[in-house]
Amino acid sequence: MEFKTLLAISLGAILANNFIFSQFLGICPFMGVSKKIDTATGMGAAVTFVMGLASAFTWLANKFLLTPFHLEYMQTVTFILVIAALVQFVEMFLQKSMPSLYTALGIYLPLITTNCAVLGVALLNIQNNYNFIESVIYGITGGLGFLLAIVLFASIRERLAFADSPKAFEGFPIALITAGLMALGFMGFSGLRVF
Amino acid sequence: MNLGKQFKEGVITNNPVLVQLLGMCSTLAITTNIPNGLGMGVSVLIILTASNVAISAIRKIVPNKIRIAMYIVVIAGFVTCVDLLLQAFVPSIAASLGVFIPLIVVNCIILGRAESFASKNSILASAWDGICQGIGYTLVLLAMCAVRELFGAGTLAGIQVLPKSYQPAGVLTLPVGGFLVLGCLIAAMQWALSKSKKKEESK
Repeated sequence: MEFKTLLAISLGAILANNFIFSQFLGICPFMGVSKKIDTATGMGAAVTFVMGLASAFTWLANKFLLTPFHLEYMQTVTFILVIAALVQFVEMFLQKSMPSLYTALGIYLPLITTNCAVLGVALLNIQNNYNFIESVIYGITGGLGFLLAIVLFASIRERLAFADSPKAFEGFPIALITAGLMALGFMGFSGLRVF
Repeated sequence: MNLGKQFKEGVITNNPVLVQLLGMCSTLAITTNIPNGLGMGVSVLIILTASNVAISAIRKIVPNKIRIAMYIVVIAGFVTCVDLLLQAFVPSIAASLGVFIPLIVVNCIILGRAESFASKNSILASAWDGICQGIGYTLVLLAMCAVRELFGAGTLAGIQVLPKSYQPAGVLTLPVGGFLVLGCLIAAMQWALSKSKKKEESK
């Protein structure tokens, strides 16, 4: 059963229940950092990495800190602290060991703290009663789904910049409409069943 | 302190969603019917006002370097309060908003107002700013809900408004509808703002 469940979780997180197009998590960076493909790719990769780590650490914190002491109501506060610390740590680690990647990501790294996809995945893991491995897989594949969405969207937006759209729709509104059409496309995946 | 000006900014000229483009996630996700939108809007209004007051009160003793972390903890505290209150008194709304209540912590409107307004202004001004921005946010949510519910299901707050013969455009209540309706709303806002600007210039 293990493999099948994991496959189902992964496909669900990447395609059918894509974090952006069907769960609306992480829209802010999706809209903000999608003007160029390079930065979009960097952001997507960083988010994937942090989401995987955050899933692991928040799951452990919930299992070994909150549940034994019956402090489940402190979930939100604990998780956001864990994520903030984690992002800070990743930032310091990258700065020391991979300075080129660090400069490429620049300002986007600290912004991941307030990416709702990261906190969202931590909360959803607990809500869905996933075990440790399932949580980590869900985190990573959810991040991959985000990466896929933001890279596709950025490549459309690069062309959109030259398009002749109505004055009122220029910039953000036309991008939202585009995202809506992409969401329509991703709805096609909802028929996907692995079992 | 200019109450009227702040109110106008919060609701129209500097509306958190339509002009500052903050807080997209919740705006898109939960605006499928009016009770949801109202619940979310009022929750954010309360949290925004409370956190603005608290952050304004501690603005002089917080070291600059760790201010963001402190703000997030303050906000997370208020969000937990509201989350527990909703679960206790309106469980149906708490259930349908689900994970988006705890996610108010990372709603950029609240952190954005804390950073750009509450950390620089007096307690009273910050409280009023929280109320104005909260009202602006709630109004946008309600507008989105009304459009999506009316045309997506033919009802308003659960009451049948359009005649039964109306074939609901179900696509509006799906994620797609959220993107499309918000895109059109922002476009309308840009159009209206540019028009009023032209009017002022021609005067």
